[in-house]
Amino acid sequence: MRITLHKSLLCMAAVVMVFPLASLAQQTKADFDARIGMESHIANVTGHAKNAQYDYRRYCVGCHGDRGDGMGENFPWVDPKPRDFQLGIFKCRSTPTGTLPTDQDLSDTIGRGLDRSNMPPWNIFTEQQKADLVAWVKHFSPRFATEKPGTPIQIPSEPEVTADRIKAGREVFSRVQCWKCHGVTGEANGPSASTLQDDLGRPIAAFNFTEGSRPKCGSSDQDLYRIFMTGLDGTPMPSFADNIKPDEAWDLVFYLRTLMSEPSKEKAIAKQLGLKPVDTNAPAQPSGQQ
Amino acid sequence: MKNLQKLAAVLMAVMVVLCGALLLTHEVSAATEGKISGTVKYEGTPPHMRGIDMSKDPYCAKANASTSPHMENVAVGSGGGLENVVLYISEGLSGPALSQPATNVPVFDQKNCEYTPHVLAMDVGQTFKVTTSDQTAHNIHPNPNPMTGNIPWNQSQPPGAPPVEKSWKAPEMIEVKCNIHPWMHGWFAVVKGPYATTDANGNYTISNVPPGNYTVTAWQETLGTQTAKVTVAGGAPAKADFTFKGK
Repeated sequence: MRITLHKSLLCMAAVVMVFPLASLAQQTKADFDARIGMESHIANVTGHAKNAQYDYRRYCVGCHGDRGDGMGENFPWVDPKPRDFQLGIFKCRSTPTGTLPTDQDLSDTIGRGLDRSNMPPWNIFTEQQKADLVAWVKHFSPRFATEKPGTPIQIPSEPEVTADRIKAGREVFSRVQCWKCHGVTGEANGPSASTLQDDLGRPIAAFNFTEGSRPKCGSSDQDLYRIFMTGLDGTPMPSFADNIKPDEAWDLVFYLRTLMSEPSKEKAIAKQLGLKPVDTNAPAQPSGQQ
Repeated sequence: MKNLQKLAAVLMAVMVVLCGALLLTHEVSAATEGKISGTVKYEGTPPHMRGIDMSKDPYCAKANASTSPHMENVAVGSGGGLENVVLYISEGLSGPALSQPATNVPVFDQKNCEYTPHVLAMDVGQTFKVTTSDQTAHNIHPNPNPMTGNIPWNQSQPPGAPPVEKSWKAPEMIEVKCNIHPWMHGWFAVVKGPYATTDANGNYTISNVPPGNYTVTAWQETLGTQTAKVTVAGGAPAKADFTFKGK
């Protein structure tokens, strides 16, 4: 009798100790229901999670799953894998690495899609539908209930493209060693390219600038600036915000344009200059810190 | 007269409280003297640590030309001492030892394309610093479980980069990687309260432990955890030795 009592006490203690861990790992429907009031605010549109249920079931659930964990029925067949919304980690953000994206960021991703993945651009949605879906996406993660999004990085207005700026951008490309993964010609064939893994330990390719693909998080000059200053969380692409000054960042954007296949003013200037790929054997140039 | 009595009573009460507070502070400052120390050993033949081929990055290869770099998952010293084991108090702590993070700033350096130290222990909320001594670019990419409250981030550190200063919100053993150099693999061991990491001989000392009864946990990245009960009183350090057996 006493042993049974001890056992049941032990059992209860174990349950009490394990319960918080279990709830950490596994959210239940009750957790989601508690956050069904989640809203999003994008420009003058307010999104409501509960209004997105029909669209999510019809368009999203096949990949992202009814728990938002990216384990929908298509999960085994798609690569890159669908995002796990419960973690609150997103590639395309205007906010610093390690912070939540803004509602606008999430809406932009839905509208833009993610090139070279199974996520198409959802241009069939109205702004209201996207706002509702953003709120629904957020309701899957406890983080959106307790954390605020990061403060978006400041992007100064774009300067005029000049030969000097393109040459300076080439120096930045060399100094921060973009070529380690992206290669000196931007062909995603740098020395580290073949071993890259995402946060789930799956192989992932660096962006190839030369084959006409769209960068995953947008292809405007502002998008390129934002991509390397915030990094793409969940992937090997880090944030360079601490190591590239805002003015230099524009130089780098202009240099990246020279690597891309689309005709551009930058490409024409680079051709005139006879600009060569960076020399990786040149001695490293510290950024003046040491 | 009655007022005077009241005043006296209030004054007495204030004095009692003050004396109590004084005694308590005295007790706390004496308490910070306590220590737990010991040795962590490995029993059996140490597992083979795979060599690392750094030839993809000539800088890394050259920096290690005279040594033979290898994995550090199980680092056993000549006397069987186990290095990079994190010791912390998993039960019995309360008060300031638990609630006030340590104020020193531990440093995690990227040197010769390896992490020094391989395991950096720290307190929840304690500021730590990531530096680079290398003339090649690294990215510092810890990958905690965001559900704990620790949020993953990923920052580049090209040659000459300024240090990155951060802290963590919750206890967790967090893997750290460099995507550029896939062999680079280390740990941020985030624990609550005082901690220590074993040296090359397996020795450790946890300082600033108030007197009391505790459970000490020893954590090794591949061998798991072990616990021991200790009692800390004034004077000599409490002892807790651990032995991890080979699989």
